[in-house]
Amino acid sequence: MSNEVIIRDAVKRYGDFTALCGVSLDIREGEFFTLLGPSGCGKTTLLRMIAGFNSIEGGDFFFGSKHINDVPAHKRDIGMVFQNYAIFPHLTVRENVAYGLKARKIPAAQIKPQVDEALDLVQISHLADRKPSELSGGQQQRVALARAFVIEPSVLLMDEPLSNLDAKLRVQMRSVIKKLQRRLGITTIYVTHDQEEALAISDRIAVMKDGRIMQIGTPNEIYAKPQNPFVAGFIGVSNFLDCQVEAPSAGEALVTIQGEMSVRVPVRRAYSGRARLSARPEQLFFAGEGMPATVLFSIFLGDFIEYEVQLDNGQSLIVNEYTKDTAAVHADGEKVRLRFDPLRISLYEDESGEVLSL
Amino acid sequence: MKAKLGSRWKPDFWFFTKLVVIVVMCLFIVYPFYTILTKSVFSNKVEGLTLYNFVRFFTKPYYYQTLLRSIVVCFATVFTSTLIGVPIAYLMTRYNIPGKKVLHIFIIMSLMSPPFIGAYSWIILMGRNGLLAKLFALFGATAPTIYGRGGIIFVFTLHLFPYIYLYTSGAMNSIDSSLEEAAENLGMSKLRRIWTITLPVILPSILAGCIMVFMTCLADFGTPMLLGEGYTVLPVLVYNEYMSESAVNPYMASTLSVIIVACSLLTLAFQKLVVDKRNYMMSSLRPPQETKLKGWKRFFAAAPIYIIVAFAFLPQIVVVCQSFVERSFSGMVKGINLNNYRAILSRLGTNIRNTYVFSLIAIVFIIIVGILVSYILVRKKGKVANLIDTLIMFPYVIPGSVLGIGLIVAFNRKPIILVGTAAIMIISYVIRKLPYTVRSGSAFLYQMDPFIEEASINLGVSPMKTFFTVTARMMLPGIMSGAVLSWITCINELSSSIMLYSGKTSTIAVAIYQEVVRMSDGTAAALATILTVTTILSLLLVFRLTKGKVKIV
Repeated sequence: MSNEVIIRDAVKRYGDFTALCGVSLDIREGEFFTLLGPSGCGKTTLLRMIAGFNSIEGGDFFFGSKHINDVPAHKRDIGMVFQNYAIFPHLTVRENVAYGLKARKIPAAQIKPQVDEALDLVQISHLADRKPSELSGGQQQRVALARAFVIEPSVLLMDEPLSNLDAKLRVQMRSVIKKLQRRLGITTIYVTHDQEEALAISDRIAVMKDGRIMQIGTPNEIYAKPQNPFVAGFIGVSNFLDCQVEAPSAGEALVTIQGEMSVRVPVRRAYSGRARLSARPEQLFFAGEGMPATVLFSIFLGDFIEYEVQLDNGQSLIVNEYTKDTAAVHADGEKVRLRFDPLRISLYEDESGEVLSL
Repeated sequence: MKAKLGSRWKPDFWFFTKLVVIVVMCLFIVYPFYTILTKSVFSNKVEGLTLYNFVRFFTKPYYYQTLLRSIVVCFATVFTSTLIGVPIAYLMTRYNIPGKKVLHIFIIMSLMSPPFIGAYSWIILMGRNGLLAKLFALFGATAPTIYGRGGIIFVFTLHLFPYIYLYTSGAMNSIDSSLEEAAENLGMSKLRRIWTITLPVILPSILAGCIMVFMTCLADFGTPMLLGEGYTVLPVLVYNEYMSESAVNPYMASTLSVIIVACSLLTLAFQKLVVDKRNYMMSSLRPPQETKLKGWKRFFAAAPIYIIVAFAFLPQIVVVCQSFVERSFSGMVKGINLNNYRAILSRLGTNIRNTYVFSLIAIVFIIIVGILVSYILVRKKGKVANLIDTLIMFPYVIPGSVLGIGLIVAFNRKPIILVGTAAIMIISYVIRKLPYTVRSGSAFLYQMDPFIEEASINLGVSPMKTFFTVTARMMLPGIMSGAVLSWITCINELSSSIMLYSGKTSTIAVAIYQEVVRMSDGTAAALATILTVTTILSLLLVFRLTKGKVKIV
C-alpha cells in the first residue's frame, strides 16, 4: 500500500461554526508535511480527523487508494504523538512502547527486540524500566516518539509535540524528530503554530487560516514568495507599503510608492490601481537614493543590526543590515534613503489581497 | 561599639497561633487518647500494669468475634460499594445520562444524610413490623430480614457507595482524554482500552474511595447498633462495655478503643504506603468528552443509576412520610397529622435547641481555626505545619465513640472537669469536624496566587493586616463550603454525642436513637425529618456557594 495521504474537500462543523471549509491536500509518500497556522485555524481539527478522533462532516480521506473515512481510529494504523505526550502514567517506558505491539497481538518474543531497537533509536535505552513520573519533558517526548513509530505505522501524526518544552530543548528535539523521520522514511504530518519550527523541520508546509489553506509550498517558497498578505505577515517579518500599480498587461508594472519612488516590478497579469507591497527587513537596504526616511531606533544583534525607520509619510519599517556588509552604525535621527530589489518583493491587490508579483 | 548584624528572630503572630493550635490539639486530642492508652493497660481484675484486657480480647470469642465481624462487614461493604460506585461513575462521566446534575446532587445528599437514619428507615420498611414485611406477608412470603450482617452491609452500601462514586468520577473527569486516544490510536479495542489504561490510571482514586468506606464502616456506631441484633461489631461492643463499666475506669472499653484505632491506623498506613505513591498527576489538557447515547441505549444506561439513587434516597422520603403518621402504642395508624411534631416540641425542645446551638458555636470556632490552620498548612510550611496537619487529621482515624470515651476519662477529674457540660460536646464537634473545613480551605488557598498577598504587603499594608483584609477574605468561599459540611456532620453527629451527653445536653441525634430503641417511631421520624431537612437545605447552600462544584472528598 502506498503511504501517501490524500484529502479532498474536508469539512468539519461544530454546531453552526465551520472549523474546516473544504480543505484538500496531497501529502506525498515519505514527506514531512506541516500544518501551520494561528490557534483556531483548524490545523489540529484536521489532524484529529485524519487520526479518526473527530467525525468527518464532508469530504474524503485516503491513505493511498484506501478510503478511510469509516475506518475506526484504532484500525487506521497511524502513529500519533500527542501535545502532552499522553504517556501512560502507570506503565514503565518499555511497557508504554510495547503497548501498540501488544494491541497488534505480536508474540512477546518479537516485541522485546522491536522495543529495544525503538528505544535505542531515540537514545533512551537506559530509561527502559523507569516510570513516566521519573522522566523529564524531553525524555517523555522521546518515549512518545518511540511508542508512535515502533508500530511501523503508514503515517505518523504529531500534534504540537514540542510546545511543552523549553526553547533550547525544542531546537534539540526538532532535529531529533527530523533525522528520525528521514531515517525511517515515514510519511509525517506535523501540526504547529510556530513558524520558525515549521520552516526548520518541514519538506512542505500548508499555511492555514480560518479553516482554509492559504498556501502550500516548501519552506523557501513560503518565505520568499508568500501568495497573500496573511502568509507574508504570518511567516517571518514583513514590511507593508501602500503603492500605486500601473500594469497595462502581464509582464512589467510601474510601482509608485508615496509618489516619490518608482520601480519596475515583474507581474503576472494586467492591473491598475492601489496595491500593497511587502518586503522582508533583509530585502530593504540603505542607498544614496530611494525613499527618504529617518532612523528612529537601532538594536545591535551581533550578526545584524535591526533598524526601525520612519518614512516621511509617517509609516514605520523594519530594516535589517548585516554587520559583515557594513562598517558604520546609523545613528538615531539620521536621514537615510531606502531601496529594495524589485525581484525580491511581493505585490498584492489592495482589495482582494491577490498576488500580482511573480 | 560592635553591633550584631544579621536578622534576629522575633516571635510573630503566626508563632503564637501555631503555639496555641498545638497546645489546644494536644489537650483535646493527644491527652485524651493518651489517657485511653494508659487505661487500656490496667484492669480491675489484676494489680498494676497488665495486658490482661488485650489477652482477654484475643482469646475470648465474645470479644475477638466482634473484630472479625467488623472486618467482614467492612470488606463486604467496600466490595459492594465498589461494584455499584465505579460503574455509576463511569456512566455518569462518559455518557449523556438525563438529569445527571440532579442525580449527582442526590448521590451527595444520600452520603451526607445522618447514617443511622438509613438504618432506621429500613427498619420501618423491612423490620418486623415493616411496611414491606407486611406486604410480603400478604402474599404468604417472608421478607428478607434487614437485621444482622446482611442488613448492616446493605444499609452501609447504600449510604457509602457515594464515596467510591465521588472519588472515581473525580478521577474520570481529570484523566486526559489523550491517554485513551493514544491507546485507541495504537490499536486497542474499546474494552481492552478501559481494562489496560482507564482502570489502572483511576485505580488509586478508587482505592482512596475504598479506604474512606472502610474507615467509615469501621467507626460507625448507629447502623450496626440499630440493625445488629446480636451481630455485635467492634464499635457497638465499645459502647456496651463502656456502659457496663464505671465511667471513671473504663478499662475494657479503653482496650477496645486502642484496638479499633490500631485498625484505622493500619488502613491509613496502607493508604500512605500503597495508594498515595501511585497517584498519577494529570495535566488535563483535553477533558474527556461525553458520548451521546440515543433511545434505548440511553435508557438502559440511565435506568440502573436511577434505581440505585432511588434506593439510596428512599430512607429520607420514608422518614419524612413517617413523621406525619400518628400511631398508637401497638403500631396502629391513628391518623395523618402533626402530632409527632407537637410531641417533640413539648418533650424534646431542649434537644432541638441544643443541636443547633452547640453546632453553631462549634462552627464559629471551626471557621476561625479553619482559616488560621489552612493558612499555616499552605503558606507557613515546615515541621510545625506538618505536626499540625497530622494532629488535625488524627480525628479521621479515631471513631467518635472512642474520642468520646477519651474526653470523658481525660476530663472527669481535676484540674479540668468538663464531663456533662455543653463545652465537652462542642469541643468534640470542633475536633471531629474541623478537618472538613481545613481541607476545603487549604485546597482553595493552594490555588490562590501568593503574589496577591505580596502585592498588598509591597504596597505598604502590614502582613497582619494583609492577612485579615485580603487573604482571609479571599479564602472565605473555600472555608465556607467546608464549614457547611462541618455543620451538617455536627448536627447529625451521634457516635461521640451518645457518649458525652447528659440530661441537659442531649441532642436530636441522641433522641432519635433513644426513640427508636423505645419503638416510638413517629417522634423519631419527626426528629429525623428536622435533621434531614436541615441537611438538605445546608447542602443546597454549599451547592450555591461552590456553584455546583462541591468537593466532599
